[in-house]
Amino acid sequence: MAPFLPFFAGALALLLLGSRLRAPLLLGVPLAGAVSLAGLEDGASWSFQWFGMELTPLRVDGLSLMFGWLFHLAAFLAALFALHLRDRVQHVAAFVYAGAALGAVFAGDLLTLFVFWELMALSSVCLIWARRSPRALRAGLRYLLTHILSGVLLLAGALVYVRASGSLAFGQIGTDSIAGLLLLAAFGIKCAFPLVHNWLTDAYPEATPTGTVYLSVFTTKVAVYALARGFAGTEVLVYVGVAMTCFPIFYAVIENDLRRVLAYSMINQIGFMVCGIGIGTSLALAGAVAHAFNDVIFKGLLMMSMGAVLHMTGRINGSDLGGLYKSMPKTTALCIVGAASISAFPLFSGFVSKSLVMSAAIGEGYSWVWLGLLFASAGVFHHAGIKIPFFAFFAHDSGIRTTDPPSNMLLAMALAAGLCIVIGVAPGLLYSLVPFEFTYEPYTVTHVLAQAQLLFFSALAFVWLRLSGLYPPELRSVNIDVEWVYRRLVPDAWRRIAPFVRNLDTTAQSRLRSLLASMERGLRAAHGPEGPLGRTWSTRVAVAAVAVLLGAYLAALVL
Amino acid sequence: MNEPARFLDRPANQRRLRRVFYALCAALVGLEVFVHRHAEHPFEGAFAFHAVFGFVACVVLVLAAKQMRRVLMRRENYYEPRHGDGATPARRTEEP
Repeated sequence: MAPFLPFFAGALALLLLGSRLRAPLLLGVPLAGAVSLAGLEDGASWSFQWFGMELTPLRVDGLSLMFGWLFHLAAFLAALFALHLRDRVQHVAAFVYAGAALGAVFAGDLLTLFVFWELMALSSVCLIWARRSPRALRAGLRYLLTHILSGVLLLAGALVYVRASGSLAFGQIGTDSIAGLLLLAAFGIKCAFPLVHNWLTDAYPEATPTGTVYLSVFTTKVAVYALARGFAGTEVLVYVGVAMTCFPIFYAVIENDLRRVLAYSMINQIGFMVCGIGIGTSLALAGAVAHAFNDVIFKGLLMMSMGAVLHMTGRINGSDLGGLYKSMPKTTALCIVGAASISAFPLFSGFVSKSLVMSAAIGEGYSWVWLGLLFASAGVFHHAGIKIPFFAFFAHDSGIRTTDPPSNMLLAMALAAGLCIVIGVAPGLLYSLVPFEFTYEPYTVTHVLAQAQLLFFSALAFVWLRLSGLYPPELRSVNIDVEWVYRRLVPDAWRRIAPFVRNLDTTAQSRLRSLLASMERGLRAAHGPEGPLGRTWSTRVAVAAVAVLLGAYLAALVL
Repeated sequence: MNEPARFLDRPANQRRLRRVFYALCAALVGLEVFVHRHAEHPFEGAFAFHAVFGFVACVVLVLAAKQMRRVLMRRENYYEPRHGDGATPARRTEEP
């Protein structure tokens, strides 16, 4: 059975029976999906002919299976986290979204990919709109526009591709054709490449506390999957990736909304994956997909912990929070596990996957890229590892007193935290899922010592900057980014020139109208009932006129 | 609020924790004297490379980000529609 079917059936069941059977459906569907996934054989596929095209809605191989397992796991955790929620719209949208993501990673052709690509955009936007605020409505619209644009580029790319190659099959594509460039642009938008990254930092923090957990799992990871499938070894991705790891950390340091800090940090983590895909050796690709797997879990855990804070306190700005460890001790501990994992502390999950990409970068002679990735590793510890837990749970006491969140939320976070530690301690479990051949031993004295030094001294820098008062305080503010162009520059410019355009339009209209009116008067004068050409002439006058005309012809002929 | 003061609320305890942390940092660098670190990259061969790099990178990161605020920071409702309805925003009011 195609992996998306259980989720679509589950969404339908939730729509009809959601009020009574919410909990069994929310937890049962991902489990049933996982059982069905276990029955799929590597190499299986299902295809049919459609208007002379071979479509393959199901193609099972190591890469799609790995993302399949990941998405089932993440859907289960996110559904558990949202179990208390009485909002049918969100639950239904989330299952359609999860099903569409599964459909996309098991799609064997570009047209099927396109259908699920668009379905993901349409379903996921409901998780933003479900916040039911004007801000969320506008952010959701911007999000939807971006993703529809990505879908249109994908469709255009697929059409050009099928015309050039005669096949829709989704395999290695490369950038040496127009189709390749269009598809890279489509994947790049969804992957939050620099300059088109703002949909992510704009929309994710506006979604509901539980919706953001789903959002952080699927969209960007499907894009990473699509890049790994179609553009492995495309060198430009190395540089795109390293740019993605480096620039968001600056924004993350000065951002106040802690879920937006995590959104910037997400771009940073995806950068490591994109870089690995660009390097393209099997070690690098293994690192990219293994890191995608870990990122879903630890970023999900961090999003859950911030979602729990938002759910319990109604606040998410670093400037409003602080001291919550006193009343949310369990959430604090679980958040710290997520922070340690994303920072790649030894014995936590990030440690065993991020280093694959870095090691591959050195191995392939990308020295400066490696240095950039190392800078980003120190930076990610700084903003995601320290800033998030510190400003939410420690720092100055904000005076907020609450409790730990409902037990379903705590359990989802505890399971995610457990996975982070299990993968960190026994990386073989994760490595065995990775569909690329490689050998790597993360736990060497060199690696552990180097990473520990990097992280401890990054923390030392934080301590020193805090004590010396140099550390920038959390301020109620927004920081302008590329989105300023379409959220401020273009609307403002339009507001400036709109009066002129309107003026021009009015003037042109009235000119045209008076021109038409004078033409009409002229025509009426000449051809109207009383006009010289319109009235009935007497035979005499007519014959005389014809004679004059013929005479004129004759004269013209002679001359 | 009449809560008992927590362990972390006392400045003396905070100082103690920081001292433990400094000692750990020193120990990690000290270990390098005894442990041979196998360098994959030429830079890595330098003594305590990762420690120095981590510290400098973070200080540069934070101070650069702080300077970026001068250019990038706007008031919290900068992007909000200024009229209430979102369709025809009124005049803009800049932060001093």
